[in-house]
Amino acid sequence: MSAAWVAVLAVGAATIAIKAAGPLLAGERELPLANARVVDLLAPALLAALVATQAFATDESLVLDERGAGLLAAGVAILLKAPLLVVVVVAAATAALLRLVT
Amino acid sequence: MILHTASSVLRLVPESKTRQPRRGGYRLGLRAVTPLLPAVLAFGVSFGVLAQAAGMGAEASIVMSLTTFAGSAQFAVVSVLGAGGTAVAAIGAAVLLNARYGPMALAAAPAFRGGRLRRLLEAQLLVDESWALSRREGGFDRCVLIGAGAALYVGWTGGTAIGVVAGDSLADPATLGLDAAFPALFLALVAPLLRNRDALAAALLGAGIAICLTPVTPAGIPVIAATAACLVGLRRPAAAPAPSYDERPPGRGAPAEGTSR
Repeated sequence: MSAAWVAVLAVGAATIAIKAAGPLLAGERELPLANARVVDLLAPALLAALVATQAFATDESLVLDERGAGLLAAGVAILLKAPLLVVVVVAAATAALLRLVT
Repeated sequence: MILHTASSVLRLVPESKTRQPRRGGYRLGLRAVTPLLPAVLAFGVSFGVLAQAAGMGAEASIVMSLTTFAGSAQFAVVSVLGAGGTAVAAIGAAVLLNARYGPMALAAAPAFRGGRLRRLLEAQLLVDESWALSRREGGFDRCVLIGAGAALYVGWTGGTAIGVVAGDSLADPATLGLDAAFPALFLALVAPLLRNRDALAAALLGAGIAICLTPVTPAGIPVIAATAACLVGLRRPAAAPAPSYDERPPGRGAPAEGTSR
């Protein structure tokens, strides 16, 4: 079996297991209240980390590039209460235009 | 219509005045994720193209999108293998990148229904975008998660198949700025949460941890470590007055504290 297939099957199996573990072990039980407070804060913590890494990280280095500018434009659109589609398009268009001219 | 729906979904997050329709929930998820589908499709195509270029083979590339269904991990595998790395190195990188799905799926666990097999399958539709879009105050909307997740799944695997077949003839998603779409989405989804002080603290701490760890740890670790920021929820017991943490203005201090751990 080629290295590619080994990686594909192992990563696939691992990912399926990682995603299924919580829902299988926890069942349909509601989380206890203290946990619920922590779980409520998982979203802001994780979303902010995804914003940071997807806008400013390339592999293992921090970079300030067109994605950062797109994020800034998205921030302005969000402050102006633009709908999600507009926010996403504004970010992509900003990055694309900057790449076009630089 | 899409415009209207997307804005109402955004407003649904704090769940204030907007009525949340119960029927047609899957369609609500599909509509919520529609603004992202072009970008997801384009990245699926780009994964297919890169996987071919790295010599992964058509079947392995498509099977990977069908089973792993996680962009960053799949790109990591392609780049490690393409650079001549071993399968073990590729697997390690991908598993680290996907480790965040552990806590995310646990948080969303009460939303899944049915027997073990069904829960296992439903949980596979959990990815960053479907998780974020389906989050509500105090839980997750199962229909939105599944509707959005299924649309993302079709877009991602379909895009991969197109990329595998069409090869290099298609545009690089970065040229279209599509890589900037994802952080913008996550910013739009986190923004309404930040009116809450604890959430703001968790967000600043999470972003700070991720930024500080990026240059010094393998990819994947920064985001996983950032999930620890949700533990600020333990800092304030229900009836007790707010501890000093909340008295500090959130700013540079919060992220720095997390990274010294």
